[in-house]
Amino acid sequence: MEICVCVKRVPMVGGAIMVTPDGLEVDTTMSGFTVSPHEECAVEEAVQVAERLGGSVTVLTLGPPEAAGQLRDMLALGASRGILLQTDGAEWGPMATADAIAEAVGGGSVTYDLLLFGNEAADTGGYQVPVRVAHLLGLPCVTGIKGLEVVPAGDRPERILASREYRGTEEVFDLPLPAVVSVKEGINLPRYPSLPGRLRAKRATIETIEPSWEPDGLRKERLRVPAGAGKKAQVLGAGTEAVPALVSLLDELGMLS
Amino acid sequence: MTVLCLIETDAGGGGVDASMRALAVARGLAGSADEELAAAWFGPAEAVSPGELAAAGVGRAWAIGSAELSGYAPLAWARALAGLAADPVTGSAADPAAGPLGGSGWISAIVAAATDHGNEVLAHLGAITGLPMAANCVSAARIAPGKCRLVRQRWAGSLIEDAVLAAPVALLTVAADAVPADAVLADAVLAEVRPAAAGEPAGGGGDAEVSVEVYQPELADGDLTVLAAESADRRSGVSLASARVVVGGGRGVGGPDGFAVLEELAGLLGGVVGVSRVVTSEGWRPHRQQVGQTGTKITPELYLACGISGAIQHMAGCQGAKTIVAINTDSGAPIVTKADYAVIGDLHEVLPALVEAIKARRP
Ligand SMILES: Cc1cc2nc3c(=O)[nH]c(=O)nc-3n(C[C@H](O)[C@H](O)[C@H](O)COP(=O)(O)OP(=O)(O)OC[C@H]3O[C@@H](n4cnc5c(N)ncnc54)[C@H](O)[C@@H]3O)c2cc1C
Ligand SMILES: Nc1ncnc2c1ncn2[C@@H]1O[C@H](COP(=O)(O)O)[C@@H](O)[C@H]1O
Repeated sequence: MEICVCVKRVPMVGGAIMVTPDGLEVDTTMSGFTVSPHEECAVEEAVQVAERLGGSVTVLTLGPPEAAGQLRDMLALGASRGILLQTDGAEWGPMATADAIAEAVGGGSVTYDLLLFGNEAADTGGYQVPVRVAHLLGLPCVTGIKGLEVVPAGDRPERILASREYRGTEEVFDLPLPAVVSVKEGINLPRYPSLPGRLRAKRATIETIEPSWEPDGLRKERLRVPAGAGKKAQVLGAGTEAVPALVSLLDELGMLS
Repeated sequence: MTVLCLIETDAGGGGVDASMRALAVARGLAGSADEELAAAWFGPAEAVSPGELAAAGVGRAWAIGSAELSGYAPLAWARALAGLAADPVTGSAADPAAGPLGGSGWISAIVAAATDHGNEVLAHLGAITGLPMAANCVSAARIAPGKCRLVRQRWAGSLIEDAVLAAPVALLTVAADAVPADAVLADAVLAEVRPAAAGEPAGGGGDAEVSVEVYQPELADGDLTVLAAESADRRSGVSLASARVVVGGGRGVGGPDGFAVLEELAGLLGGVVGVSRVVTSEGWRPHRQQVGQTGTKITPELYLACGISGAIQHMAGCQGAKTIVAINTDSGAPIVTKADYAVIGDLHEVLPALVEAIKARRP
């Protein structure tokens, strides 16, 4: 089973999120970079499937030259091939990103059985690159998946059953392969990189492509931290002494009727 | 021009909360340019009452359905919306060369809730039409024909983006916590909403003037390849996303056994238990109970956060709660500066005492 997983380099956000003085970027002077947990789970899922059914895992990212670092992190988890769609670091829109990814994974003839994505990029939260890639490639697609089962026919993977919980009900989708699936954290627990994995990742060559792009219709003007942070809670009391106050509060809020 | 909002319907009747909030943002967008507000849903015409629609400011509505289209099918839903937006009668684009929706020009925006379904359907719609799509908006206003000013969430709401969307038809999804639940009604006077009587014919909603038309979509080959099958045995009752009360537990709960008292309290308050990421990665509770950036976004009346520090990624999921009460041993925990009320103490002492006190009040 040949699987390609798309991951995006994003700032690692710790205790607080800060914006650069021009209001256009997340301030990363104090932080490192990572990929979204959804994407890490996508890589883990791909590696598990390849371990079970054979085949290999390619990781692909569109980003600045430094994004090769995130590809190596994913190679250390068990992917075997890395593709960097190199940009000058500008923020590409989801349409341009999808165009470049679709082109890179084979244009009209996809060579992968499965394309895995995160449900949404942690930074921009566009919720659409996987779906757009699927349309460009003419493949079936489902998003937000938390359970994946590959159904083989003979020795070929033929279909997948993809599931997720939606408003208290489990939804199951049956997709013919090749297909595009985006996954969410919770589908598995990603492993830690092994030492041999790390060494292999360090030495691996990363294929680099330089795609071109056009901005799409959504233009960022400014980023800001939402208001409302920094208020101070009214302390109802300490320990069990606070219980009567807590009960009156719940009553006032209409929770006890 | 018209702003069209997709409504997800509840099995018990009516639009789900997230959709009614999306409708409020859609109404704001329509109002900013003096446009009409319309609604559409998949299912029978009776699924949403004309009274509920009128109260939310909707002027026209469509129930979309056909024999083939019974369950949820993301691409088919998008195709149906594209057809409705091209022409509500025939579904055929007036002139496909004239623009993404045939240049019929009666729809200026299509809005949905930023749920798994809403985001997925609008992404398909964007792909079908070649239009950009903006997810997780909190407000939208028209500044010129073909141009909207948007406020949207990034980092699951830890950061806000001001943006301009240039597109002949704006495709937007609305964040679950974009508007407070009580801002959903057009006239904000809850008391005046008269739920339509059962069996009332569609289109004749008493003093409500909303007529519900039926729209039969024409689907393309392959639109139904991806179709949700629902396994009924996995129904879990109240869902975290729409619960009125959530009792949250974090690392401070100490282990899987510590959750019994949280479950009991949630039961007494008619709510559900939600947890932090530490709890799910430790395997104390399943991931579907996780609140936060990579879990579920909740919008309850009350969130009682117990033994949770209040990390930015956790708060991203609960900042839409109307009231947050924290129970924490550490008065310096970040949650104390983010909650409305706090009890400084050990949850293992406070929660059992609270449960007893609530039980004692009840006959
Ligand atoms: C990309 C990314 C995504 C993430 N997504 C999420 C997400 O979706 N949801 C999420 O929750 N987190 C998420 N996190 C993790 C988040 O950063 C925090 O690590 C996590 O929320 C902390 O969980 P906690 O509050 O339970 O634990 P801690 O931070 O360890 O806090 C435990 C708290 O319990 C208090 N306490 C201890 N004992 C008691 C007691 N007996 N009684 C009362 N209080 C007590 C302590 O004072 C402390 O404040 C994400 C992180 C990253 C990097
Ligand atoms: N620059 C990128 N490089 C590689 N994959 C990406 C990129 N942007 C988005 N993706 C993939 O698409 C998913 C959804 O992204 P988005 O639609 O931007 O929220 C992400 O979780 C990634 O898997």
